[in-house]
Amino acid sequence: MTDVTLNHLQQQALRVREHILRMSTNGGCFTGASLSCTDLLVYLYNEVLNIGADMLDNPSRDYLLLSKGHDVPALYGLFAELGFIDAARLDNHLSVTDHVYWHPNRAIPGVEFHSGSLGHLLSVGIGIALDIRLRGGSNRVFVVVGDGELNEGTIWEGCLTAAAYGLDNLIVIVDRNHFQANVRTEDLIPLEPITTKFEAFGWTAHTVDGHSFTALEDCFQGALVNAGRPTAVVATTQRGAGVPSIAERADRWFCNFTAEEVGNLIDELHGRAAAELTSETLIVR
Amino acid sequence: MIPYERLLLDLVQSDERIVIVTAENRGHMRSLPPVLGNRFIDVGIAEQTMIGVAAGLALRGRIPIVHALASFVTLRPFEFIRDDVGIAGLPVIMVGMVPGVLSDGNGPTHQAIDDVQVMRGIPNVNVFCPADTAELIAGLPELIKAGGAWYVRYLAGENVVEQHAPFAVGTAETVVEANQPVVTILTYGYLTKTAIDAAGILANRGIATRVVNMRTLKPIDADAIVRAAAESHVVVTLEDHFRTGGLRSIVAETLLDARLTADVRSIDLGHTWFTPGRLGEVLDCHGLTADHISNAIAHHVEHSRELLDA
Repeated sequence: MTDVTLNHLQQQALRVREHILRMSTNGGCFTGASLSCTDLLVYLYNEVLNIGADMLDNPSRDYLLLSKGHDVPALYGLFAELGFIDAARLDNHLSVTDHVYWHPNRAIPGVEFHSGSLGHLLSVGIGIALDIRLRGGSNRVFVVVGDGELNEGTIWEGCLTAAAYGLDNLIVIVDRNHFQANVRTEDLIPLEPITTKFEAFGWTAHTVDGHSFTALEDCFQGALVNAGRPTAVVATTQRGAGVPSIAERADRWFCNFTAEEVGNLIDELHGRAAAELTSETLIVR
Repeated sequence: MIPYERLLLDLVQSDERIVIVTAENRGHMRSLPPVLGNRFIDVGIAEQTMIGVAAGLALRGRIPIVHALASFVTLRPFEFIRDDVGIAGLPVIMVGMVPGVLSDGNGPTHQAIDDVQVMRGIPNVNVFCPADTAELIAGLPELIKAGGAWYVRYLAGENVVEQHAPFAVGTAETVVEANQPVVTILTYGYLTKTAIDAAGILANRGIATRVVNMRTLKPIDADAIVRAAAESHVVVTLEDHFRTGGLRSIVAETLLDARLTADVRSIDLGHTWFTPGRLGEVLDCHGLTADHISNAIAHHVEHSRELLDA
């Protein structure tokens, strides 16, 4: 990866995180989960997916399905940066005049399918991948799932089916931020060893640092896929990544900050003073 | 090849959008896998995955026709249907095998007698309940033309009338006509044949009875229900379904909307699961034979007349 590319990705990720923080007020959003997948999404949309503002309806595009839909501020922030949507639409967050709310809506250009209830989009992705294969296409389907989402039985049901059909055009990415909604995954329903589980289901599995663009580059540009097998990439991330005062905090899942706190958090994001947070933040949705 | 298999084969061959999907339910399509090739997808015993896969296929322009036992295609993946088919408004056709009393000896887990209730409650999902093979074969292509998502209460039984009225979505058909009917039986699906037989018995007892096959329960033919209330003394709803949420409820909703009331006698499975057994015995046990039904209706008519005379 060139320094220019690396710098571009880093700067874009910073701007996406700013968008997320700006959506974390006046009703709030799922800030922590959005921050954990930001670098992943930035990397995939810039460097991996065959997608662009001019080909959002092109049947030969690559598909990305956000199954852990509560991290949609990261997706929308990125869509604004990529020109899929006007950045001004982010100001419509939680306004009934637009479709920008806590989970994805297909009315937003670039959203392939809505989500909200966990464990749905792997099967939808399998359907898309099967159709691509029926038509002899070479495009791929990426499904981003949360690690907590791996509690859902439909994930493993889908893993069996995808392996049975040898869907090597299907790639599941686990945002491994180690948190469920309220608690750490390993304290509740332990998931490890995740890659071993996928492998036992007939998948090829990798782990990668989900915040390192060079590590992501090595993973996705390397020998990612084995012919005849679906692929899982377990991306190790940190909930709330980029903003230390909300990182890895169980009570910063859903955040609704004051405008002043958002300003301070953006300062913190840019390496200036740590934000002092007084808002009640443990709002269980 | 049974008629349903021939229909699916014709659909697949004539329309590149059609894909046949099943959750390892192949009883009525055993000959299809080899002839349909990759347009036949069996996801295994995984009904939720099947509905999600169908949504994905539909997003790519396909019209999947998916299959499982009626209780498993409706209830197990209910949230997937609601979210991925209903909210999305995708054209997925969900075929429920052995619905209603047809699950005979399987026991309550397999009794799809709440299927109309749950499926019609989902926005964008419609409901088709054919009365026999001919109607299934005539209706399915019309559902595809009409578009949208459909639940099909599968029935491939003997034909109940010599010639059905041309099939149209949202249009009931009168299968037994009667001048100045005392009774109109509104029904659908398997019990349509029983209703026809019961109407014959009632006619012999001097109770002129019309029988209307509702065909699609959503959209419903509201005019047919209003006409039944207006033109007959007693309206009977007959269904192998819980009393709640099926045709009785639809009739109540329709009459409420029309600011009408009627003398309605509902014959159905009440409020609990039926006793499993051989189909003939189940029907007898639950009052769903032509004899039981005609007796119940005659009794109701007599009682209503006494009330009117008093």
